[in-house]
Amino acid sequence: MSLLRQVLLDRRRIVALSALDWDLLVRQARHANLLGRLYRCLQAEGLLSQVPDRPHHHMKSAAVMADRQHMLVRYEARFLRDTLASLGLPLILLKGAAYVVGDLPAASGRVFADMDILVPRERLPEVESALIMTGWLGEKLDEYDQRYYRQWMHELPAMQQMHRGTALDVHHTILPPTARLKPDAQALIRDSVEIPGWSGVRTLQPTDMVLHSACHLFHEGESDNLLRDLSDLDLLLRHFSVSPDFWPGLIARAATMDLQMPLRLALRYLVQVLDCPVPSSALQALKAERSDGVAEHVLDFVYSRTLRPQHASTRDWATPLCRKLLYVRGHFLRMPPHLLFVHLARKAWVGPRTVSAAALQQDAP
Amino acid sequence: MRVNQLSPAQVLASLSGGGFRVATGPFNCRVQSDIPAIAAELAQNYAHHRLLGPEEFIDFHIAVNSSRGLRRWIRPQALFSVDGVEPFTPLPRNQALPMIEWGLNWCITAYSNHVLILHAAAVARNGRTVILPAPPGSGKSTLCAALVNRGWRLLSDELSIIRLDTGAMLGLARPVNLKNASIDVIQRFAPQALFTEPVHDTTKGTVALMAAPQASVEAVDEPAWPAWMVLPRYRAGASTSLTPMPRGEAFMKIADNAMNYHILAAEGFRAVGDLVDRCQHFSFEYSDLEEAMQVFEQLASAPGDVPCTV
Repeated sequence: MSLLRQVLLDRRRIVALSALDWDLLVRQARHANLLGRLYRCLQAEGLLSQVPDRPHHHMKSAAVMADRQHMLVRYEARFLRDTLASLGLPLILLKGAAYVVGDLPAASGRVFADMDILVPRERLPEVESALIMTGWLGEKLDEYDQRYYRQWMHELPAMQQMHRGTALDVHHTILPPTARLKPDAQALIRDSVEIPGWSGVRTLQPTDMVLHSACHLFHEGESDNLLRDLSDLDLLLRHFSVSPDFWPGLIARAATMDLQMPLRLALRYLVQVLDCPVPSSALQALKAERSDGVAEHVLDFVYSRTLRPQHASTRDWATPLCRKLLYVRGHFLRMPPHLLFVHLARKAWVGPRTVSAAALQQDAP
Repeated sequence: MRVNQLSPAQVLASLSGGGFRVATGPFNCRVQSDIPAIAAELAQNYAHHRLLGPEEFIDFHIAVNSSRGLRRWIRPQALFSVDGVEPFTPLPRNQALPMIEWGLNWCITAYSNHVLILHAAAVARNGRTVILPAPPGSGKSTLCAALVNRGWRLLSDELSIIRLDTGAMLGLARPVNLKNASIDVIQRFAPQALFTEPVHDTTKGTVALMAAPQASVEAVDEPAWPAWMVLPRYRAGASTSLTPMPRGEAFMKIADNAMNYHILAAEGFRAVGDLVDRCQHFSFEYSDLEEAMQVFEQLASAPGDVPCTV
């Protein structure tokens, strides 16, 4: 088990760390984009005084950077709200921006590369022009890429604020239309909730926020932020599940939204990797405890590597393969070309299966 | 144990093996490289620095290695990485040594928002520091190199680092990066100083590294306090003049030159404000280095307080 995971599971473990352990912990946390969050965790538990100066500086530096980004996100949210209000639309924030402006625990030490917002598909052209008029410029893409985004993707090509440099992704749903799972974007928008104190700024309702996060995590082809995303989910669930009807609501919503697969995986790995207190009724309802069939054992194998901090110290012989499989799977879930399917299916079924059993033992919780 | 107690073979072995580990003020660095040609000059640049033991925390795990593939043989390149992250595109391999310095500066600015960092040289006398912020070409490095060869303690030629809690300056005592004509100027001015062979055709022109004076390295962890901010400008034929600068202007100059002023947000504003309050501010124009030295000598001899707490 990576040192970072050991510390995330038991914060008090830091009191016994040597200088070399700290060295490793800082490097793993930095590669997982969890260095700032680690700082906030230890701060919340009153453990910062136990951290030696050097690692303390690195963690604080990351937390300061996160704070700065949070300030920028709140700042941009006001501009974006006004721009969308001129079209009679609310600003619906997704992912990191939603955690920050909604002041949720998942914002803790969170750094991000861009802001994500959700608008109704039929209003996309108007929204895009209004954004361009207020200084948001689209990426320079060739014709093929433009068509690729506009025809097949769930978002516009990334935009950037010409004055402030902030990056923005404008989504009209949470998965590409070509993906096999078909969540209902209209329902996501309809059931969004206003952030207290932020008139005209909304987030997805709690169940949808969790489903979106899970959905993102298990369609993602890049491994670098997976553990951070899992930690986001962990913090969201611990926060929302205080409400007694949260879990039944989440299970029901996953079914209507066609998002049982990502939720099932999310809950399984949340329990395995971060010891998240998911009630057994929820696990049973989704049959999340047991891996079903060869394909899921392969997935377990892939995620056992990619949900580690992506640092040299956690790498083994199977890591490059797992990263590649994840990448391929990300594409496979987003679009259905048959040739790709045949090719990848063979890779996913035949390649790793022969080795999974032995390798799975090493990183078992 | 100091770097100059290692034999050349030991330096080489550490570079290609577990790493060449040195303390540079507040930052512990581990350098790995598969380019043996840099070993001797690297050891010269860091001759008096403390070697780190195998059990010590390392702030920056860096490597400068030959690019793989064809680039190993044809127009060979060197690639900088910090703990597996590659922030820059590769450079011609003969720039590997300056690349280590540029790379370490990148690490400090990217990973150190627990301190205020100015793009400025800093030299100290009796615990009082002159901060020399300036755009490239202003003669900041030349002035800095000249001063440290006349009894000033080198903190850094490139990054002035200020603690947010006490306002104290942190020294690095790493080699001074000299460019183009100033290499000759300083070699004539200070024949005793140790230089690396000049490297031509970098993006900054020809560069050479001058090792920090032994006394600066040995004093690297001693406290230093900001006392003067001097904005230098080299102008051929100019007479030497030191002109007081209004505080408001000084604030803007410092904020402009702070690498992480905007990241530190409110704390950055406070830190720059405190720094402005602690310092006397001047703009300085010069063409003659000897005359310039006298001006700084006069600054240093003026009475002033050094806080006694750290």
